[in-house]
Amino acid sequence: MRYLPLSDADRGEMLARIGVSSIDELFADIPAKMRMEAPADLPRAQGELEVERILGRMAARNIAASSVPFFVGAGAYKHHVPATVDHLIQRSEFLTSYTPYQPEIAQGTLQYLFEFQTQVAQLTGMDVANASMYDGSTGTAEAVLMAHRVTRRRKAVLSGGLHPHYAEVVRTLSRLAGDEVVTLAPDVSAGEDLLAAIDDTVSCIVVQTPDFFGNLRDLRAVAEKAHAHGALLIAVFTEVVSLGLVTPPGEMGADIVVGEGQSIGNALSFGGPYVGLFATRQKYVRQMPGRLCGETVDAEGRRGFVLTLSTREQHIRRDKATSNICTNSGLCCLAFTIHMTLLGQTGLARLARINHANAVKLADRLAAVPGVTVLNGTFFNEFTMKLPKPAADVVEALAGKGVLGGVPVSRLLPGAGLDDLLVVASTEVNTDEDRAAFIEALKEVL
Amino acid sequence: MLNRQGRPTQPGAAGAEAHETFTGNRALQQEEALIFEIGRLDVTGVDFDEPEAFMPRLGGLERKGDIGLPGLSEPETMRHFVRLSQKNYGIDTGLFPLGSCTMKHNPRLNERMARLPGFADVHPLQPVSTVQGALELMDELAHWLIELTGMSAVTLSPKAGAHGELAGMAAIKAAIAAKGEGATRRVVLVPDSAHGTNPATAALLGFEVKAVPAREDGTVDPAEVARLVGTDVAAIMLTNPNTCGLFERDVVEIARLIHEAGAYFYCDGANFNAIVGKARPGDLGVDAMHINLHKTFSTPHGGGGPGAGPVVLSDRLAAFAPLPFVRKAGTVLELVENGNRTEVTPFGRVTAFHGQMGMFVRALSYMLSHGTDGLRQASEDAVLNANYVRAGLADLLSQPSGNRPCMHEVLFDDGWLKGTGVTTLDVAKAMIDEGYHPMTMYFPLVVHGAMLIEPTESESKASLDLFIAAMRDLAMAAKRGDTARFTGAPYHAPRRRLDETRAARQPVLRWTPPPPEAPAEAAE
Repeated sequence: MRYLPLSDADRGEMLARIGVSSIDELFADIPAKMRMEAPADLPRAQGELEVERILGRMAARNIAASSVPFFVGAGAYKHHVPATVDHLIQRSEFLTSYTPYQPEIAQGTLQYLFEFQTQVAQLTGMDVANASMYDGSTGTAEAVLMAHRVTRRRKAVLSGGLHPHYAEVVRTLSRLAGDEVVTLAPDVSAGEDLLAAIDDTVSCIVVQTPDFFGNLRDLRAVAEKAHAHGALLIAVFTEVVSLGLVTPPGEMGADIVVGEGQSIGNALSFGGPYVGLFATRQKYVRQMPGRLCGETVDAEGRRGFVLTLSTREQHIRRDKATSNICTNSGLCCLAFTIHMTLLGQTGLARLARINHANAVKLADRLAAVPGVTVLNGTFFNEFTMKLPKPAADVVEALAGKGVLGGVPVSRLLPGAGLDDLLVVASTEVNTDEDRAAFIEALKEVL
Repeated sequence: MLNRQGRPTQPGAAGAEAHETFTGNRALQQEEALIFEIGRLDVTGVDFDEPEAFMPRLGGLERKGDIGLPGLSEPETMRHFVRLSQKNYGIDTGLFPLGSCTMKHNPRLNERMARLPGFADVHPLQPVSTVQGALELMDELAHWLIELTGMSAVTLSPKAGAHGELAGMAAIKAAIAAKGEGATRRVVLVPDSAHGTNPATAALLGFEVKAVPAREDGTVDPAEVARLVGTDVAAIMLTNPNTCGLFERDVVEIARLIHEAGAYFYCDGANFNAIVGKARPGDLGVDAMHINLHKTFSTPHGGGGPGAGPVVLSDRLAAFAPLPFVRKAGTVLELVENGNRTEVTPFGRVTAFHGQMGMFVRALSYMLSHGTDGLRQASEDAVLNANYVRAGLADLLSQPSGNRPCMHEVLFDDGWLKGTGVTTLDVAKAMIDEGYHPMTMYFPLVVHGAMLIEPTESESKASLDLFIAAMRDLAMAAKRGDTARFTGAPYHAPRRRLDETRAARQPVLRWTPPPPEAPAEAAE
């Protein structure tokens, strides 16, 4: 087996050195009747070529985003990732390193985490960010728990524009922890009365912008009322590229900003691994979940970085920790940091403008298709349209014509009476030809 | 001596430490500033054309002013991150005996497979008809995990080990609630030697954590379990093999006691890599166990993630598994994403979408490559290597439970350092100078000055022989009083020891622009 360096001769010598006559003696603590006599009933070892064939055949059964006109978003977005990113994250010293518990030989990881934290803080308009969560959805659930710790209340209010999966993750964790959650009705047109939901019993209000249906939300009034009642505003995003063009939540009074960073540096990868971004105000730092990297000096006075404030974490505080998170999204953070470094604010803002321009073009052309109504007053690179037929059927029919045309709202919100709604995203990857193919196919299937 | 071109062929005198360089660099070790110190706000390393003029639909929410994110050109970016990488120690650099973390070889075939466009470039919400191969891969991975563990079901979506613990314990909580015992079963038993994630997870779910004291050798005494278990207990969270590197020899009896009391057996599967193909958790009475794909099945640790933590479940818990899951419907695979089915009662959803697909591909690639025979051999080699290290060091280092066979990792304490003035931390830092990543230190907490060494099956005999020789040399140096070699270490790493107290007392968690320089005042 190509991955195992020991030869049978080595094994024999080593057993002798240990002083046992067979490998089974080393497994003697396993009760004899529980020991497997033979390997499990599964295929035997195979060479690279065979494994490539098996997995290649599975991969070929999927339609790759780059191979078709592609307009699917709703929490994960198809963007172009520069070749440099994928090369660098495969450097052995990044790929095969561990959580930087030994900082003297992990300055590479620690420095990029420090850079990542700074980039996320700048983007969101917040004071500090952590070294990542698993993804936007779990980050949102952790933000709610953090708000409960800060306010010593246990009731969260979720906007009807929050991504339905995110809302479900929050509800699941809250139910398990015995906390209360109020979920407002799905809000297609950003018309819900968030202010009415805030009172002195509420720990936090969770609002996504751009929201699940694509609408941009002005959070200032919500922040003001939340603060007046001692509650926190948690601002959520699923499309981090939007922050290149729209007012960051930090400038609108958010106390915690949390979201999905996949769009920058990371592949779609059927839903994971992704990278959760998590930022807050300086005064709440010690209530934050997750790892934090901080600056310090070494014994010779040179600048260096270490993991810090770990008294919040499970390996020190155990059942009193702020979260149970341990492994996070290290390499996805690195991909994010590299891509963001290549972009800089100049490239990011331009990328965001291209996304917005493409979405505007697409929305205008779709709105001209008979029977189609675009519902959004505002949007960034994603919007919702109403169709004369169930959106799930339309999407299947479009796929049959080689166009991946969006996400039916009913897939995430079944039984909500929103079966005719389709969420459509457009990024820099879409061309005029893609748009023409979409319009053409849509006209045929409607 | 000069050669025929008049070029010297012999080096001058040694003494590198005395030679300061102008740049602060040391040849291949390059000092590297932060992006924020070397980047420029108007530079970008990505070429795009500006879009044509259009009417924005931002509703007056345009961002104003600088974002404060400098950019770098592509060559500068490349150099920045390559230099950073050169300050990191990886498995590919050398022996990485970090106990409990399983730093084994990461085959690059797995990286190539995960990057196939059919896996990397598919969206989680594409029509299910366009991702049948992705679902097939998940189904196949599930099959391997179920066969290897002897369990009934698996939920793939948890994002890492601790997230898997959460999902598994949530299934237990749901099962207890379904029996109407939610109000009474509120205690979770956790041995002292457990990973910190175990009590943190139990507390997160509102359980009360009760510690189970360990026996002298670090294993759990069934008599203690019998004493603590009762109608108020929801579950025990037991790591097996445990964090002392020992198989819990009374695990079957412990499972029996737990089940008899109407509670559940959660197994922390962080050390499953020791017994793959040798024993099945399902046969041992386990009800739920997470599997760290980034440990046992070698998806790269990536400097702290991403991981993946699928959870295998017993018959008693299978119906409570969270959404989503893959289901066969004739020749087609379905993805069940919503909880409107009657035959099962999922406890909810732990993450958006369907889990760490990129890790699933890598793990299945690893499994297919090893095959069932290779996986068993890998476990045997991991255990053999750990015992070989034990045998090589037993006369110089001290072991908390005496010199007896271990599983995939060997635990030493700091008894052998008594009176030397050298600590476990010092030994770890001296190992860095010798070119090794240190072992896990001060964990498990039940052992004083713990040193937990897990060489993994990826090490050759020659590599282990050198490691043993180096550790013996360090041990003898400590015992003969060469403390400077330890207390000042590391001397040769990119940084000397870092001031962690300062980092925590005056936290600097991000770069901020330096204050503008005060106008120079006239000297008085």
